Amino acid sequence: MIEKTLKGKPAYWVWLAFLGMLMAIGAACYVRQYNFGLGMTGMSRDVSWGLYISQFTFLVGVAAGGVMLVLPYYIHNFKEFGRITILGEFLAIAAIVMCLMFIMADLGQPMRALNVVLHPSPRSMLFYDAIVLNGYLFLNVLCGWVILTAEKKQVKPPKWIYFFVYLSIPFAVSIHTVTAMLYCGLPGRHFWLSAIIAPRFLASAFAAGPALIIIACLVLKYVANFDAGRKAMNKLITIIIYAAILNMFFVGLEFFVGYYSNIPGHKHALQYLFFGLEHHGHMYNNLVPFMWAFVILAFGAIATLATKAARTNDFVLFLGCSALFLAFWLDKGIGFVLAGFVPTPLHEITEYVPTVNELGITVGVWATGFLVVTLLYKIAIGVEHEVEE
Amino acid sequence: MDKARRTFLKIAGASVVAGMAAPAVVKLTATPAFASGGHAAPAHAPAADAHGGGHAEEAPTGVRLGMVIDTRKLNAQDGLLDEAIAACVAAHNIPQFPEKKGEIKWIWKAPFENVFTDHSVHHGSKKVTDKDFPVLCNHCDDPPCVKACPTQATFKMASTGIVAMDFHRCIGCRFCMAACPYGARSFNWQDPRPYVKSFNPEFPTRMKGVVEKCNFCGERLALGQEPACVEACKGTNAIVFGDLNDPKSEIRAVLDKEFTIQRKPTLGTKPSVFYIV
Repeated sequence: MIEKTLKGKPAYWVWLAFLGMLMAIGAACYVRQYNFGLGMTGMSRDVSWGLYISQFTFLVGVAAGGVMLVLPYYIHNFKEFGRITILGEFLAIAAIVMCLMFIMADLGQPMRALNVVLHPSPRSMLFYDAIVLNGYLFLNVLCGWVILTAEKKQVKPPKWIYFFVYLSIPFAVSIHTVTAMLYCGLPGRHFWLSAIIAPRFLASAFAAGPALIIIACLVLKYVANFDAGRKAMNKLITIIIYAAILNMFFVGLEFFVGYYSNIPGHKHALQYLFFGLEHHGHMYNNLVPFMWAFVILAFGAIATLATKAARTNDFVLFLGCSALFLAFWLDKGIGFVLAGFVPTPLHEITEYVPTVNELGITVGVWATGFLVVTLLYKIAIGVEHEVEE
Repeated sequence: MDKARRTFLKIAGASVVAGMAAPAVVKLTATPAFASGGHAAPAHAPAADAHGGGHAEEAPTGVRLGMVIDTRKLNAQDGLLDEAIAACVAAHNIPQFPEKKGEIKWIWKAPFENVFTDHSVHHGSKKVTDKDFPVLCNHCDDPPCVKACPTQATFKMASTGIVAMDFHRCIGCRFCMAACPYGARSFNWQDPRPYVKSFNPEFPTRMKGVVEKCNFCGERLALGQEPACVEACKGTNAIVFGDLNDPKSEIRAVLDKEFTIQRKPTLGTKPSVFYIV
């Protein structure tokens, strides 16, 4: 099936070349970082995780979001998802690849990464995160490939694969739950120390993941002559709206707990994110525009997706999904991780600004993810077209 | 291996006591009387290798090294705290970066409101608001950093209670830095060696990409010496170092007599560093 990636229209090759260029830039930036150390980034003693870990956190959600197709199709027998479930699985593969790359980019000693396996530490959440992420990657590769191969041969998938398909559902939930537990089990980081983190992560994942799948479907409709079907997409819209509303509700709950209890530790990070935090006469508010953009885009997207037009008009649907994806990226891919470091354990405030080199690596990893998803989708669509002929 | 090390520490400690009769040297083994009833301490201790200490539960037996910092005495003498910090920097080849961004700190000074964030400074006494206080790793009895580390590169030594680092195993994920509620950990954002002012061949320098922090001078204790900061304050009694589990130790006598506070005790980490304010 891999041969499907070798044939394409000129636009396909231009797109691949564009991604390849971004990847090359990212690789060059990484070589610089590898040689010099993580001092090439904007991170510091006070803000010790930055863009890499926040992208990782967000992308775990994108990977988990694929389950919103797998679950209705395999558990509830929602037939309309038949054509696009493979897209969810392949998107999960690309997202996990990006996650692992961001983790590697963030390590001070990447050559020692295998120490996590050589010296397993069952009390560390990172140990479990490594297990579930790699497990989920394996499950999606296995299920996606076996089912697509069966489709190509126009036979039913082997029965044993369903064990792994069903197993992938709790795994999808586990990857984002364990990722939340990286944060919410740490004493002294008040913003993260909240039991709502895991549910909130899942809610935003189940909105952002399917939103990206709709965007992909719309792109494929116009560039690859692949129609996912309106019924499937409209079902996804419903899923996205509910998940997105839940996420906003959970954010609201954080505000209630912080501001009604009036406990400074519970308010500081929220204050910093949304209004700016004053400290010794200086106003720290780097992230305020991002967070208000998140709020406006999120509610705008929910409203847009709830209109009748979104269910009939591709452009409106595209706008709504893009706004929603961007909104939740701002929330989890920017705000959540960075705000956890404000204030520092010694109640000082250090703001983080990524460096150009760091942005180069980040873009490079994203480009790699897009490349992986492009190639995988090319295979999937190629097989579907072949079967239809 | 652990047993050999414990024996070595015993011998090292004992030989110094016997040979030089140095009164201030810390005894690194628990008194037999304090070992749990009926069991010999070494047999009862978890059979952990050098990296397994993190799994040990809070043990009433064994040694738990701790520190009482008398900030009244420390601040009474101008520059004493700076000398203690300088002694640590020299002993551990701690790099001095010109910018805040890359800084590495094992022991440093900060205002009261930053060190004791749980205490109000509203109408605070000038005695505390005008002074600087030393900040270092608390060598918690239940250290969150040890729990967080995915490779056991940071671990609690069963023989001393010291929260130690293996610089060669650390992968530089900085999970421990996020986990530490005391901001005690530093990361080598670049090669630190060009920034080491005076090189001490007795202690390793670090490479880029690993985390480091105060180690309660484990390497000096093994030689029967006091921690560098304690030694720098010699004669003032500003820092008392010893076994918190030994009821006959000097540190316990100080703790019995004086009112002390710990940093963020509500988090349940059980810090081993106490302050007299």
